[in-house]
Amino acid sequence: MLETLIHIAVLLLLPPLLPGVIAKTKAWFAGRTGPSVFQPYYDIVKCLQRSWVLSETTTWIFWAGPIITLAATLLAGLMVPLGRAAAPIAFTGDLILFAYLFALARFFTTSAALDTGSAFEGMGAAREVTFGCLSEPALFFAFMVLAKISGTLSLTPMLHAPATAFAAGITAPLMLILIGLFIVLLAETCRVPVDDPNTHLELTMIHEAMILDHSGPLYGIILYGSAMKMLVLGSMVLQVLLAFLPEREMLRGPLFLVLLVLLAVVIGIVESVMARLKMLHVPYLLISALLFCSFAFILLIR
Amino acid sequence: MSTFSTDFVRLTNGQSVALDSVPVLDLERFHASIVAGVRGGCRVSALFGAASPQPDATRLYAVLADDDQNLLLAAAADVTGDAYPSLTRQCAQVHMFEREIAEQFGLRPEGHPWLKPVRYRRSWTDRDVWQRSADETILPAVGDFYRVDGEQVHEVAVGPVHAGVIEPGHFRFQCYGETVFHLEIALGYQHRGIEETLLGGPDARTIHLIETLAGDTSVAHATAYCQVSEALAGCAATARGQALRGIALELERMATHIGDIGALSGDVAYLPTASFCGRIRGDVLNMTALLCGSRFGRGLVRPGGVGFDADAERMAELRRRLDACEKDARVAIELLWRTSSAVVRFEEVGAVPRAIAVELGLVGPAARATGLARDIRRDQPSGIFNTAQIPVATCKTGDVYARAYVRWLEIQHAIAFIREQINALPEGAARTPVTACVSERFAVALVEGLRGEVCHVAVTDASGRFTRYKVVDASFHNWPGLAYALRDEEISDFPICNKSFNLSYCGHDL
Repeated sequence: MLETLIHIAVLLLLPPLLPGVIAKTKAWFAGRTGPSVFQPYYDIVKCLQRSWVLSETTTWIFWAGPIITLAATLLAGLMVPLGRAAAPIAFTGDLILFAYLFALARFFTTSAALDTGSAFEGMGAAREVTFGCLSEPALFFAFMVLAKISGTLSLTPMLHAPATAFAAGITAPLMLILIGLFIVLLAETCRVPVDDPNTHLELTMIHEAMILDHSGPLYGIILYGSAMKMLVLGSMVLQVLLAFLPEREMLRGPLFLVLLVLLAVVIGIVESVMARLKMLHVPYLLISALLFCSFAFILLIR
Repeated sequence: MSTFSTDFVRLTNGQSVALDSVPVLDLERFHASIVAGVRGGCRVSALFGAASPQPDATRLYAVLADDDQNLLLAAAADVTGDAYPSLTRQCAQVHMFEREIAEQFGLRPEGHPWLKPVRYRRSWTDRDVWQRSADETILPAVGDFYRVDGEQVHEVAVGPVHAGVIEPGHFRFQCYGETVFHLEIALGYQHRGIEETLLGGPDARTIHLIETLAGDTSVAHATAYCQVSEALAGCAATARGQALRGIALELERMATHIGDIGALSGDVAYLPTASFCGRIRGDVLNMTALLCGSRFGRGLVRPGGVGFDADAERMAELRRRLDACEKDARVAIELLWRTSSAVVRFEEVGAVPRAIAVELGLVGPAARATGLARDIRRDQPSGIFNTAQIPVATCKTGDVYARAYVRWLEIQHAIAFIREQINALPEGAARTPVTACVSERFAVALVEGLRGEVCHVAVTDASGRFTRYKVVDASFHNWPGLAYALRDEEISDFPICNKSFNLSYCGHDL
């Protein structure tokens, strides 16, 4: 029970810290002081206190989009174990629900974008679903590898397997899916090199283009939801990474949260040392993630 | 020298000739001479309308730049009535000029392929090419746009209000998926009526209007205006004044070029160069402020020389800051060239072939990026550039990378030039009094501003007042180049193409 409460508290409170840490890392690389790491918390609170503007052309889909997206992300967050403890929701086959909760969120985000009738939002939605088609199979191949290693079809034992059932034979597949999942993490959380969360250029946006018309509390919910998505997918990546870390039993305890923050630092470093990809080249990166994960599966079953 | 040039009066940059020595040809010959001139390697620097002494006529003036001979060629023709045959189909460079004449004077160029307003303003005469009634409100970008029809073709409209802190302009894309088939640009939001206001000048306001033609090109426009004033008065700026103008002009170029490279880097989400260049641009602007108290060089360039002399101590400080700036800029910008993920975003994007650059009459870094060695400082030298040379920086590929790299080369050349000028600053007065303009003269001045050629043409009446003052900013030549660069490109690459041209909206809109 206590573990469940801690899980829920972390899932609700920690997410905005991650974009804050990324922004701080990028500021450090650029030679600036940068805003406080808690700035995203202030931003979300500020947005929630504002009124909103609804376009006359929009319908209930427009405001339902962010809310359903947040709800789906939250539910998915309850299925991923944070550290050593089991996730609050775990059952055989939950990985399917997990993956399609994100698909549901994507469906409603893009529908809300199309609902505005704006050219920018339509382009953003088209890009989002195109790239989503490529990151989803990569995720499933990674799950197949973990299912094979753990011998189960439930996320908690699957994600605990790299740390608990580590063996020399699974090193290579784990390393390959770690790379693949990290690329999926960058793509799904709209980071460089796939997307640029800081840009003001509508024509180059993917995720940001879809939420241009959302304001006030709806925008706050979107910010919060995307931070939470980063925490959920980041935890998944870290569970695989644990297999390669020394003292992994210790790191699976409360230090897991420190690892999450360090992951945000790594994302910040990636964003600071490279430019984003040309839009036409983004699929190449996502296909490479798919290849990494599928080769991992082939290696495992050969 | 080919035969067409006998139809023109020849003058050099910053020179004036008697108005009656500008040959008034009949229109057919005027057009034939322009076409022959352009075929012979000249560029159309200006083509504009003005009042004619003939009743019910409009006088068209053309100024061609013959870069090979370091000469400017001018001629005129009278158009009676409200229409004349268009030249655009034979000479694409006059496309925008003919639209401008149509808008300002209500003269219809018959057979013009795409006759639309340039700035969406009323004509200076009682004629209107588009038959708009007097009580109709004229708003920019309202009207027909080029359209592509078909399944999966979609239209994207961007602006006039943009997300960044930039000037207003409207961009209409015809796209097929992510690919741009066609881009049409509609401007005019920044129109302030400067050409109209300058009529009857020069007066106390003139120099201030000129300095605000295009905010970041203050020094280049002010230098062109001062050269016109000096040419009309028949005197010259002091040697020291000319050297200080040259320093300010190159500082202006450096500041914007550094800012542009930083902005390009920011648009591809490469932060280190973007952040550092933003700061270094400020350092360069502060060097201009060191000379005159204004970061954009306002008040510095004045007829007869410069408004502020610089003492030895100030020059030593400038040199010290220049050294520091060179080091910082080199680190920040070379980091960009070494980052392959950023460079690959610039390569083979938004390429303009050299032949198209010639045909459209592109100027400045956009032209030099295609391999055209086209630079007023070398081709039509005036002022300090008569005695001090700056190498012409070119690239071959004509893409975003080439336009960015040409800027980097020009930054380095500018630093070397300024250092040279500081070390050899002529003694003497910074400014000499300039007498009133001589009556009935025709004067042309070209200055290589940071975006390319800035052209000022003045015509004076019997009392020495401007009856026409024509300003052609480099942006007026180059906006069609940006539209061309987007053909078959990805729409998501528009921002870097746009930044690589970095054209001025208010310089175009006047």
